[in-house]
Amino acid sequence: MTAPRTLFEKVWNAHEVCAQSAEHPAILYIDLHLVHEVTSPQAFAQLRQRGIGVRRPERTLATLDHSTPTLPPDAAGKRQYVTEAAEAQVHQLEANCKEFGVTLHGWDSDARGIVHVMGPELGATQPGMTIVCGDSHTATHGAFGGLAFGIGTTEVGHVLATQCLLQSKPKTFAIHVDGHLRPGVSAKDLILHIIGKIGVDGGTGYVLEYRGSAIEALSMEQRMTLCNMSIEAGARAGMVAPDEVTFQWLKGRPLAPSGAAWDRAVDEWKQLVTDPDATYDREVHIDANAVGPTVSYGTHPGMVTALDAALPDATTDDQRRAMKYMNLTPGQAMTGTRVDVVFVGSCTNGRLSDLRDAARVLKGRRVARGVRMLVVPGSEAVRREAEAEGLHQVFLQAGAEWRAPGCSMCIAMNGDIGQPGQLVVSTSNRNFEGRQGKGVRTVLASPATAAASAVAGRVADPTDYQTGVAA
Amino acid sequence: MKPLRQLTSRTAVLADDNIDTDRIIPARFLTTTERTGLGKHAFQDWRYLEDGSPNPDFVLNKPESEGCAILVAGHNFGCGSSREHAPWALLDAGIQAVLSSEIADIFRNNALKNGLLAIVVEAEAHRWLLDHPGVELTIDVAEGFVQSPDGERFGFELDPFARHCLLEGVDPLGFIQQHEDAIERFEQDRQAAA
Repeated sequence: MTAPRTLFEKVWNAHEVCAQSAEHPAILYIDLHLVHEVTSPQAFAQLRQRGIGVRRPERTLATLDHSTPTLPPDAAGKRQYVTEAAEAQVHQLEANCKEFGVTLHGWDSDARGIVHVMGPELGATQPGMTIVCGDSHTATHGAFGGLAFGIGTTEVGHVLATQCLLQSKPKTFAIHVDGHLRPGVSAKDLILHIIGKIGVDGGTGYVLEYRGSAIEALSMEQRMTLCNMSIEAGARAGMVAPDEVTFQWLKGRPLAPSGAAWDRAVDEWKQLVTDPDATYDREVHIDANAVGPTVSYGTHPGMVTALDAALPDATTDDQRRAMKYMNLTPGQAMTGTRVDVVFVGSCTNGRLSDLRDAARVLKGRRVARGVRMLVVPGSEAVRREAEAEGLHQVFLQAGAEWRAPGCSMCIAMNGDIGQPGQLVVSTSNRNFEGRQGKGVRTVLASPATAAASAVAGRVADPTDYQTGVAA
Repeated sequence: MKPLRQLTSRTAVLADDNIDTDRIIPARFLTTTERTGLGKHAFQDWRYLEDGSPNPDFVLNKPESEGCAILVAGHNFGCGSSREHAPWALLDAGIQAVLSSEIADIFRNNALKNGLLAIVVEAEAHRWLLDHPGVELTIDVAEGFVQSPDGERFGFELDPFARHCLLEGVDPLGFIQQHEDAIERFEQDRQAAA
């Protein structure tokens, strides 16, 4: 009889081409390799230099998202890239995919989107898979019960060349979340709360498994938001065991199995749960009922607070520096802080349900005078669905900008950027100094909190705005 | 990647905790398709003033930091994104080693694959290093210790395979490629099971 195993161990073991030894890490087989324009050019160059091809092009899927403009092409049809370098980078990926036979969901694809939104939408992301990408938010895909993590460009080259990766086995960390999230409290609030509890480096060296009744009650999109930010606690991956919610979400997607293969797959996926007697290296318990709307106040995602709570005294150099940068004072609450820009989008919160959350607050209301609001769908599919529901009209009528899909202001390398000193309430994942532009102060929040803040012109509690007003 | 057995240099200290990869190399410089040339933008928004002149208060701009190849950094250095541009920028700026009490996983992986020594030392050793900026250190990769001329000596853990790659100056790709047969077998077994 095999010893009881965690979900992580089951997925890890099933992908060991060569087990870890005293001399070397494990060689792990990679089922799905996602590629984008920023972290791949040097890897393709390396293959070219060594005269090797892509071992499994059919397990490789590329898209354009980071450097791409979110404004429409100009009157002459020219795309409005921020710099020539950004444009050259996009063209480089187009050329690389053509040369190496990799499928690219580029400008002409109706599936193009942020890599971590697109993969699941296509059904490319499936339970039990190993998934990598030169992007730390690859953790997102763990929401389906796979092992998904970010890698560097040298490793992107390894996977392109061999479909394998050298990996030392991480430790396991169970995050038990029981109880119920209160109405209006989202997965974003929960993950910010969790990172606040375990710390910005609390997950370093671990793979997180989110479990418990509150996790089982989450939709697939909420699970993706949760797993997405595992890296913000230092964990390379976060996982949720697949269940009926997962299977229902996946069924019928273009790259998901179909017919008899679907039934066989579901039978296998059902085995992907932590065995009752399996143990983790570390565990914490979180009470979902105690989580309220949560935002960041400092300059890393571990510096978080309940919206209406008094900010803590700055007791470390780290906190003092953060408070100074953010121009905040201990004792004040985040609610009421003046807002310049609101950004709704990103691989954390750029899915349809996120846009619905924001639209519910904005319906019949206006973005406050002097506030700029950008709403950027996570993919072409999200854009289509949102437009079919009329969400874009809600945003436009409220005075927000409705953009084309991309990473946009989350990483601020495509021209969507804040100005020094501006305060941005953002549904993205990182509030590091300068992340959204030099000197920009980022407050991480849920889509509902972001929308409420846009209306109020100040950081605001979304529970005060849950009832739509007549248009 | 050149073989790296030993490194001797004075240290520069950036004591802040949680120095993230956006601070090491801001995203607006990631549109490059090359590995080289990022050194001039390392710590860009910290290192230069509004007018583009060097910030005299930033440690690496100080005369005593000239030629320092060892950076002693606060806890949890390199957190955030997976951009390998971070170690590329540091190496291009002349940094060959980073010592901290904790280094983020992806950054550490990326650094070691490029011959940038990303070394985690015990908390007590870390405190000593933070308190002694400019001290000359020798890092011995083969033996796994850091030593100062007056005899301070700290050991450090390094994954044996990473150590091997550093000492030999090899990229691990060759090692994976040597297991081609095993990879093929793995793929065949899976296909048979499906």
